[in-house]
Amino acid sequence: MQNQFLPFQLPKKVAASLALLLVASLGCLSISSCSTVKEYQKNKLNDSEMVLSNRKIEKTELSFLSYREGASGANAGKSGGGCGCN
Amino acid sequence: MKKITLSILALYIGVLAVFSQSKPNSDSAYRQRKLTFAEANIVSSYYSQDGNNSAITGGIGTEKLTDFSNSFSIKLTRVDKKWRKHSFDAELGIDNYTSASSDRIDMKANSSASYNDTRIYPSLNWTMEDDKKGLTWGAGASASREFDYFSFGSQVNVAKKTKNRMGEFGIKLFTYLDNLKLIYPVELRTGSFIPRGEDYPMAARNTFGSSFSYNQIINAQFQISILADVILQQGYLSLPFHRVYFSDNSVHLEQLPDSRLKLPISIRASYFAGDHLILRGYYRYYRDDWGLSAHTISLEPVIKPTAFFSVSPFYRLYAQQATRYFAPFQQHTAANTYYTSNYDLATFTSHFYGAGLRIAPPNGILGWQHLGALELRYGHYSRSNNLMSDIVSVNLTIK
Repeated sequence: MQNQFLPFQLPKKVAASLALLLVASLGCLSISSCSTVKEYQKNKLNDSEMVLSNRKIEKTELSFLSYREGASGANAGKSGGGCGCN
Repeated sequence: MKKITLSILALYIGVLAVFSQSKPNSDSAYRQRKLTFAEANIVSSYYSQDGNNSAITGGIGTEKLTDFSNSFSIKLTRVDKKWRKHSFDAELGIDNYTSASSDRIDMKANSSASYNDTRIYPSLNWTMEDDKKGLTWGAGASASREFDYFSFGSQVNVAKKTKNRMGEFGIKLFTYLDNLKLIYPVELRTGSFIPRGEDYPMAARNTFGSSFSYNQIINAQFQISILADVILQQGYLSLPFHRVYFSDNSVHLEQLPDSRLKLPISIRASYFAGDHLILRGYYRYYRDDWGLSAHTISLEPVIKPTAFFSVSPFYRLYAQQATRYFAPFQQHTAANTYYTSNYDLATFTSHFYGAGLRIAPPNGILGWQHLGALELRYGHYSRSNNLMSDIVSVNLTIK
C-alpha cells in the first residue's frame, strides 16, 4: 500500500491485516454488544497491564515524543501546555 | 430426606447471610467516608539526545540535550454517603535539563544562562465514580513553570457506561493558558525586543481542546478504545529564539501562523492471549491545518511468566509529512510569509524500541509490604534526520 505520507511501502499483508482489524473493531462496535462479560469473568481485563491508557512510567517518553514530533494527542502525549523548546 | 431438607435450608440461610447486606452502623459508615491512602508513585527518568539540526541555529548545529525528570504522585480515596468513590490525585514533577542548542541563543557566549533550566509542574485531579449509574465525573488543574514559560491547565471530564456495561463513552474538555518570555537571539534584539534586565516582553499561547473516547469490551480477553481529539491553539505559536536563514544568508525570527487546528484519531487494543501473554497495540492518524500529517503504530507484547513478573519489549513506528512552512537551512526566501527550519516539523520516519520489566510480588519488593511494584524501562529513539536519543525510567509504587 503506497501512501503519500508514508516514506516506505507497507507490505500488502500487513496493510490488509490492519484494515481488517479496524473494520472488525468498528463492526463489533456497531453491534450493541459483542458478548456480555460478567464481573467475575473480568479478571484478565482487570489486569494492570491490560489498561487502555498510558502508564505512569511512560510519562517522560510521551513528553519528549510530543516535543520531537509534530503530532500529539489522542491519548499519546500531551496536546498543549509547556514550552517544547528544548 | 429430613437431613437433605435441613442441609438445603442451612445452605440457603448461609447463601442469604453471605449475599444479604446488613445495614452499616454509623461507625462503619463513618469509616467508609474517611479519606484513605490508595497509592503513591515515584517516577524518575533520564533522557539524553544528540542531533545536528537545531532550530536555534537555523536547522544546523548541535541538538545535544539531557533531561533528568522526577515526579511524585499520591492518590487518596473516599466513599461518600451515596457510595460513590472519590479519588484525589496530587502530583509534583521537577525536571532539570541542559541544552547545548539553547546555549546558542547568544552565539558569542561560551556558556549562557540558557544552558540549563528547571521545570516544576504540580497538578491536582479529582474523580468521582458512581458505580450504580455507571457514571464518572472528573476535574483537574495543572501548572508548569520554567524560566521563560508559564502554563496553567484545567480540565473537566465525564464518562458514561452503556446499559450492558460493556462499553463506555467519555468526553473531556481541556484548556492550557500559557505565557512565554520573548527571548530573541542576541543579534536580533532591536527596539522593543531588547529586554530590560530580566524583564522580557511577554506573549500568550492558548490551547482549547476536546477529547472523545469510546471503550468497548469485546470478550473476557479483549478490549479496545477509540479516541478522537479536536484541539485549537491560538497566540504566539513560534518560538522566539528559533532562527531562520534565508537563501541570501540573512537571519530572521521563525514565523508561524497564530492559529493551529489539530485533529488526531486513534485506536488502542489490549488482548490477553492465553495465560502468559498480553498484546497491546496502538495506531494514530494525525492531521493539522499547517499541512502536517503523521501515522503512529506501536506494538507491545507483555510476557507474564507469573502474575507478579512481566517483561515487555516494545516497538513504535512514526512517519511524518512536513508542515508546508518548513524548509532547511538557507532554503527559505523573502517571498515566504511563514517559515521555520525546525526539524521536529520536517518530513521524517522515527523508530522507538526497547523493553520494560515489572515486578510486583504479593508480599512486596524485598519483603516490604508497602513497596507494591517496581518497573524499569529503557528505550532507544532514532529519527531518519539523524536525531538519536535514549531514555531510561524507573517507577516505584507504594501501597
